[in-house]
Amino acid sequence: MTFIGWFQILAVLGAVIVCAWPFGLYMTRVFIGERTPLSPLLLPIERMFYIAAGVRLEKEQSWLAYTLAMLTFNASGFLLLFVLLRLQSLLPLNPQGFGGVASDLAFNTAMSFTTNTNWQAYGGETTMSHLVQMAGLAVQNFLSAATGIALAIAVIRAFARNSAQTLGNFWVDVTRGTLYVLLPLSIIVALLFALTGVPQTLAGSVEATTLEGVKQTIALGPVASQEAIKQLGTNGGGFFNANAAHPFENPNAWSNMLSIWSMLLISTALTFTFGRMVGDRRQGNALLVAMYALLITATAVVYWAETSGNPLLAKAGVDMAAGNLEGKEVRFGQALSALYVVATTGLSCGAVNTMHNSLMPLGGLVPLFLIQLGEILPGGVGSGLYGMIVIAILTVFIAGLMVGRTPEYLGKKIEAREMKLAMLALLILPLVILGFAAAAAMLPNALESLANAGPRGLSEILYAYSSAAGNNGSAFAGLSANTPWYNTTLGIAMLLGRFAYVVPVMAIAGAIAAKKKVPASSGTFPTHGPLFVGLLIGVILILGGLQYFPALALGPIVEHFLMHAGKTF
Amino acid sequence: MTIKAIPLLDVGILRQSARDAFAKLAPRKLVRNPVMFVTAVVALLVTLLFVRDLMTGRGGLLFSGQIAAWLWFTVLFANFAEAIAEGRGKAHADALRSTRSETQAKLLLHPDAPKDDLWEPKAADLLELGDVVLVEAGDTIPADGEVIEGIASVNESAVTGESAPVIRESGGDRSAVTGGTVVISDWIKVRVTAEPGSSFLDKMILLVEGAERQKTPNELALSILLSGMTLIFLIAVATLWGLAGYSDTALSITVLVALLVTLIPTTIGGLLSAIGIAGMDRLIRFNVMATSGRAVEAAGDVDTLLLDKTGTITYGNRLATAFIPVPGITDSEVAATALLSSLSDETPEGRSIVALAKGQYRQSEPQLAEMQATFIPFSAQTRISGVDVDGRSIRKGAVDAVLKSLGLTMATAPAAFRAEVESISRSGGTPLAVTDTEKLIGVIHLKDVVKPGIKERFAALRAMGIKTVMVTGDNPVTAAAIASEAGVDDYIAEATPEDKLAYIKSEQAKGRLIAMCGDGTNDAPALAQADVGIAMQSGTQAAREAGNMVDLDSNPTKLIEVTEIGKQLLMTRGSLTTFSIANDVAKYFAIIPALFLATYPELGALNIMGLATPESAILSAVIFNALVIVALIPLALKGITYRPIGAAALLRRNLLVYGLGGLIVPFVGIKLIDLAVSALWLV
Repeated sequence: MTFIGWFQILAVLGAVIVCAWPFGLYMTRVFIGERTPLSPLLLPIERMFYIAAGVRLEKEQSWLAYTLAMLTFNASGFLLLFVLLRLQSLLPLNPQGFGGVASDLAFNTAMSFTTNTNWQAYGGETTMSHLVQMAGLAVQNFLSAATGIALAIAVIRAFARNSAQTLGNFWVDVTRGTLYVLLPLSIIVALLFALTGVPQTLAGSVEATTLEGVKQTIALGPVASQEAIKQLGTNGGGFFNANAAHPFENPNAWSNMLSIWSMLLISTALTFTFGRMVGDRRQGNALLVAMYALLITATAVVYWAETSGNPLLAKAGVDMAAGNLEGKEVRFGQALSALYVVATTGLSCGAVNTMHNSLMPLGGLVPLFLIQLGEILPGGVGSGLYGMIVIAILTVFIAGLMVGRTPEYLGKKIEAREMKLAMLALLILPLVILGFAAAAAMLPNALESLANAGPRGLSEILYAYSSAAGNNGSAFAGLSANTPWYNTTLGIAMLLGRFAYVVPVMAIAGAIAAKKKVPASSGTFPTHGPLFVGLLIGVILILGGLQYFPALALGPIVEHFLMHAGKTF
Repeated sequence: MTIKAIPLLDVGILRQSARDAFAKLAPRKLVRNPVMFVTAVVALLVTLLFVRDLMTGRGGLLFSGQIAAWLWFTVLFANFAEAIAEGRGKAHADALRSTRSETQAKLLLHPDAPKDDLWEPKAADLLELGDVVLVEAGDTIPADGEVIEGIASVNESAVTGESAPVIRESGGDRSAVTGGTVVISDWIKVRVTAEPGSSFLDKMILLVEGAERQKTPNELALSILLSGMTLIFLIAVATLWGLAGYSDTALSITVLVALLVTLIPTTIGGLLSAIGIAGMDRLIRFNVMATSGRAVEAAGDVDTLLLDKTGTITYGNRLATAFIPVPGITDSEVAATALLSSLSDETPEGRSIVALAKGQYRQSEPQLAEMQATFIPFSAQTRISGVDVDGRSIRKGAVDAVLKSLGLTMATAPAAFRAEVESISRSGGTPLAVTDTEKLIGVIHLKDVVKPGIKERFAALRAMGIKTVMVTGDNPVTAAAIASEAGVDDYIAEATPEDKLAYIKSEQAKGRLIAMCGDGTNDAPALAQADVGIAMQSGTQAAREAGNMVDLDSNPTKLIEVTEIGKQLLMTRGSLTTFSIANDVAKYFAIIPALFLATYPELGALNIMGLATPESAILSAVIFNALVIVALIPLALKGITYRPIGAAALLRRNLLVYGLGGLIVPFVGIKLIDLAVSALWLV
């Protein structure tokens, strides 16, 4: 670890927070329906959409109507994308002439992009036509992100309102999220990416002659625009198979920093939106501090583990001064690679600029564990915030009891109904991750996909299901996931991880919105001080640790001890 | 009533509880507690496997037999905790009940006939709603009821502990009588108002009996959390079997069950109902009866307390506090004169004048017998009383009445006198004028005296985050003066019962929880509207039915204790939950390396406690898990001490003790048990 490394890490995070603050306040105005600088331009377009779709702006929905609208919207998106994938050979904008996508892969991919996971069981530049990339995948990149933001806003409203029956209008929220938040940002970020050297073209590929005189086909395409929304919407699905390690997706240190900045921006900004909308910015700041404290700690662990290098190689006489560089791009360096690894998994982004399978055992433990925590640090756009709120509800429940009051969060009492729904939501991830991983660990045909033996193989399986259920989308690599078993089970994991989680969360929001806001007194446990932040961090770590410790012990943890004992597989 | 405090571990109760612990193994009872139900199911599973191995003669019997035994102990200890709490609650309730069961009532066959009409004896337990009974001097009142005819003095010390008899008569606010109290003089006809088995006592007994007990809302929410945690650990442990299979490790059902039971929150799961029952029991010992557990929990959440001024904050009588002379007269002259005028005045005001003159003003008692004294008693027409003695005519009374008798008005009265009178009125007091033979000599300052210590109690409430509101029929000036003296946060002056109700509704609309005390029939709507309504035992039946608690001592300041009990109940649950979950960390460090020692000896690095063998590590964790329930029974019964130090400080304290403690204690405990297990060659 070096000073300059830490300086880079903190500079990027500082830039995120400095920009997220005004942007969070901007989002507040957007979703409250106040005028913004972009209103003169976008308001007529927004109105046009409502007229075309027959949406009445002022008609708000109950939690159930909101959720059903969201599910209908996403189900249609899934179907459309599925059909597009199956029929791509018959459709235009297919310069390389790719055939239709196999049904299990099409299911997996459609689910992956609808759920904001962007798990890619295929190589993008060798499978998908430009039409699919732009009209299918990129559209879902926007819509799945806008869905996440809309859901988060609905949950925030539940806490901001007093005895309310409605949570807003899903169609309005998703339209505004796309028009006012994602589109303008994407345009700016895409231009910035292009400025750093990321290509943006509709050409299929270029022919190059190498030094040895061999003809080489270099894939090209509308990369910069894809890259912008991939990061901003915490989607993570790359244009190229190598994702952000590919020189066209992420050519240099500047594009790398821009990547990290843009994936953290909206999730971070939402904590400010939260604080503003519930009328107490300290509440948002508390969540922010908890998220970033864990994020920075995790970065430190990865940074330390990777720069420490591999003791076995050191023993074999390899110079480990630069640390473990396997799977890393030298142009990014150890510090920003570590931050990228942590950010992409603390968020549910899943873009990778480093091969996670090449991380040291403890370095690989961190991203795996971060995904299993539910990706709330600061999490996917929207999903991170509502995930964090569920944990906060749990924290407040236990803390509230300890001060002798019926627990309340932001003036709303947490009672049996909220607890039931919160537990329902919290059960989904361990059930899906551990259930499928245990099944895969026992199935011979699932084990055939593994590239590594020993505990690392188990880590690969665990990582795949964690990534899918957590809607992350990054892969540990080493697992050939394009098989019917993995395509199907991972697809189901993504479906449950997104929608089976969010339905109970929305039901909580409905119950919370209907409650009276209780004014705080000196007997109320304050949810903005360092004590609450510390407690929140404790609950996140202990709850996550208790669920996954046995599984992790058999994967990265034992591998770490084995490595130090000199055992390899 | 004086319920004898039962020692925390009473031998009789312990013996009974040990028996009950086995009776509670019935599946119908166990299923009410999901955590313990899961424990019992897996204990049964391990036992069956043990029996199978015994038959087939496989090895490792000593280990699996002990695991099975300790799993059963875990369930039994939890049952035992609940049984003890129930036993103590029942013992207190039985002490109350015994006063009633032997009573024979005199059931009137013709309630409307004169009192000497026919009656027949009927056991008090069998009285029905609407029965009319005759209660004469020396009789025990057989059931809760309302006096419909007659007047009697009743000794209520059996339920209130107060030995001075009280008057109970038909009509008005003093018509309610309680079963178990004794009529001392005269007679009354009482109409029974309680259904058999529905009196407060019976309701209270239900609240301390585990089997019939309804879970309170917060207890329900916590049970859901615990069930959810149990399910999560069930998933983690069940899938571990598959994940272990990956590295060719075959885990036995016995060790997986051991891991599961140590992880699921058995500590709080086992003690949860004991905590709830003990909370109700504490309430009984404070002589408060609750009709629902919900009300007790709500008491912990109360943020506004509505208190009647009279009787709660002040003594309710105006007492003399100062003698103020007009110019040219000394204050001891006024004191002496006032004393003389009040010697035969038996009103509380009169007595307070005597006490003040003799006390603070050091006047000696005049020898009235040697004087020719004629007393003029107070009359509602003149509003003046006094004495004619030795040719002097001394009078005291309401200022305007006295001035009128002197032929003066406020305008023509001496300026100094007028200033004093006005200043007393402004401060909320009442001035009495004193004259000596047609000459105005001074003023007596009467005021409503705030009870000593009440200000400190309100300060304590404020520290708990509770706002106090004084309700009084006084004018705003008087109310403001008393409010500032007593240190309440707010007051409602010139309050009518409708004002009270409206105030409660408006506070509730703002999301606040209100508690109030009341005794009159006109308090009933407000008592019913309040989240916590404590009716005074001495109050009317209507009031007692409207409230959700009854205070047998009729002491309105007891709201404070009730609030504390409510808070204590929640705190004990929260702290033990934290403790229980924090315990799991150590258990992982004990069990995980033990499970995989054969496959991955390197995982031994996680065995930071240095436990002897895998078997002893697992067994020690299971034993610790069972024993910790027993160790925490006293805490569950007593509850965690509440201190009004503010929420953040309280949380920090409890987190330190139960969170950090919960992390550390099992490391030490499991290590010690492991040492014992290895020393005894148990595995």
